[in-house]
Amino acid sequence: MSESTETGHASEEGGSRRDFLGMLTMATAAVGAASFAWPIIDSMNPSAEVLALASTEVDLSAMEVGQSITVIWRKKPVFIRRRTPEEIAEAEAVPMDELTDPQSDDERVKNPEFLIMVGVCTHLGCIPLGQAPGDAKGEFGGWFCPCHGSHYDTSGRIRKGPAPRNLEVPEYEYLSDTLVKIG
Amino acid sequence: MQSNEPGPEFTGVVKWIDRRLPIFTMMSKEYQQFPVPRNLNYFWSFGALASITLIVMIATGIFLAMQYQPNTELAFNSVERIMRDVNYGWLIRYIHMNGASMFFIVVYIHIFRGIYYGSYKEPRELLWILGVIILILMMATAFMGYVLPWGQMSLWGATVITNLFSAFPIIGEPIVTWLWGGFAVDNATLNRFFALHYLLPFVIFAVVFLHIAALHIPGSNNPDGIDPKGPQDTVNFHPYMTAKDMIGIAVFLLVYAGLVFYAPNFLGHPDNYIPANPLVTPPHIVPEWYFLPFYAILRSFVADWWFFQVFLGWWGMTAKLAGVLAMFGSLILLAVLPWLDTSRVRSCKYRPVYKWLVFLFVIDFAILGYVGGKPAEGWYVVVAQWATLYYFFHLLILTPFVGWMERPKPLPASISQPAVAPAE
Repeated sequence: MSESTETGHASEEGGSRRDFLGMLTMATAAVGAASFAWPIIDSMNPSAEVLALASTEVDLSAMEVGQSITVIWRKKPVFIRRRTPEEIAEAEAVPMDELTDPQSDDERVKNPEFLIMVGVCTHLGCIPLGQAPGDAKGEFGGWFCPCHGSHYDTSGRIRKGPAPRNLEVPEYEYLSDTLVKIG
Repeated sequence: MQSNEPGPEFTGVVKWIDRRLPIFTMMSKEYQQFPVPRNLNYFWSFGALASITLIVMIATGIFLAMQYQPNTELAFNSVERIMRDVNYGWLIRYIHMNGASMFFIVVYIHIFRGIYYGSYKEPRELLWILGVIILILMMATAFMGYVLPWGQMSLWGATVITNLFSAFPIIGEPIVTWLWGGFAVDNATLNRFFALHYLLPFVIFAVVFLHIAALHIPGSNNPDGIDPKGPQDTVNFHPYMTAKDMIGIAVFLLVYAGLVFYAPNFLGHPDNYIPANPLVTPPHIVPEWYFLPFYAILRSFVADWWFFQVFLGWWGMTAKLAGVLAMFGSLILLAVLPWLDTSRVRSCKYRPVYKWLVFLFVIDFAILGYVGGKPAEGWYVVVAQWATLYYFFHLLILTPFVGWMERPKPLPASISQPAVAPAE
């Protein structure tokens, strides 16, 4: 860089005009490359057409007390159980300090008779057992995940095992007394 | 290293090409005259075996890809069509499927060789790190390949493993959705896994090239772990090492063919012959055998484990995140082994204490593999937890301390004169 020092381009701090132009070019190239990285990365996210399948309507009128059904929402199973009065009482009676993820039963239901939640274990995504009449329901009478042994109670709350959170309650609304829209 | 002979003289077309593109000179220098220590044992054939397996996997994989359909509606049936209708499809698929197991067998033995004879030490640290990168790439490739048949184990294995990333706070869930391209492991996931499963073997091939290039600078380590002092300590790669490797390859191919023809499903899971069902999880999900030790480490971290509670739980770390970090950490730690091992002696042949610790480490790894395949309950959990602790204890505590404390046996003066007077 003898030329630049001779012609007086070097500043007091030691950077020359050429260094500045070099850094500016590099920075422009880096920003340019980064601006194309995002479209590539985002192309792997769910597209609008996948997001559009986001709600499902379910008719609850045919469900008997004590019966469970599984419906599909966003390609995931949603568990709906029409709980017996004993199951509701049991879920309401649990003291908060016994829970890993404290949530009262009323925070988890709109109508206590119908418990609606995503049937995906919050540990590593397996589908818990407990929907079919012969299934293992775990130590708390709700659901049991066979993969790594998580037990959920009759409100779908985690009681024992590695799962960190209660079974997720999706957004839903009652369109009428027996018709519910999930999502 | 110095080669033993002058370069070869080429004639005719070979000479014409070589003057313009010296590939023949290069091959001759790196694979013919290349000097290797004269005392190499059969453990030094496993690198060649791994290279051959990689080529077999790429070759069979290309032909499978010509018949396979990466779509959730078609994938399972297209694999069954390969098995039943495609001419010799069963053979190509069984070679590919068992090739994955053979690849991990030879690579695990290759890694053991590196650990026992201290091949990772100065000046071969970068060579070793490239090897760890190859191992991680192999694991990613094998995992994605196992998803492609779209059986029950494919779907649920993919679900459990991708869900590991949800353990990270805040960014976890968006990362999982991004990996899936949806809200569950589905068609978008299968498609990208197929694309990556086709890509990664070529990336592995490139890293293997660098691994070999880095090997050919200092040359091979050897069972004595001392550097060759001159031509009397080495032999040419060809025909000495090539002949020896051919015997290893023959034995390897016999075992491989035995698996392919007599027990092609011995190392697989029957559940993967059930088409994927997003509404039913099989009661017992296990990964392929070569992932079991790492799976056991992952599952060891549960909220009521004393070790977790004493060291991690109280400052807000979740058991799930601890398990994920420990599993990735168990691999990453291998990369820094050259700096964890403080001993200047390479080979365990001259390390009376560390030698036994290496054997214990292998046994520990085998125990982890065994319990990793069992349900996570009762004694299996306790054994997995202690074996996990020992894995890290070995690498982080025993390896550096034994390196300082141990008094190694006297090293031979050179490879060609192994007999030396014992030290007083």
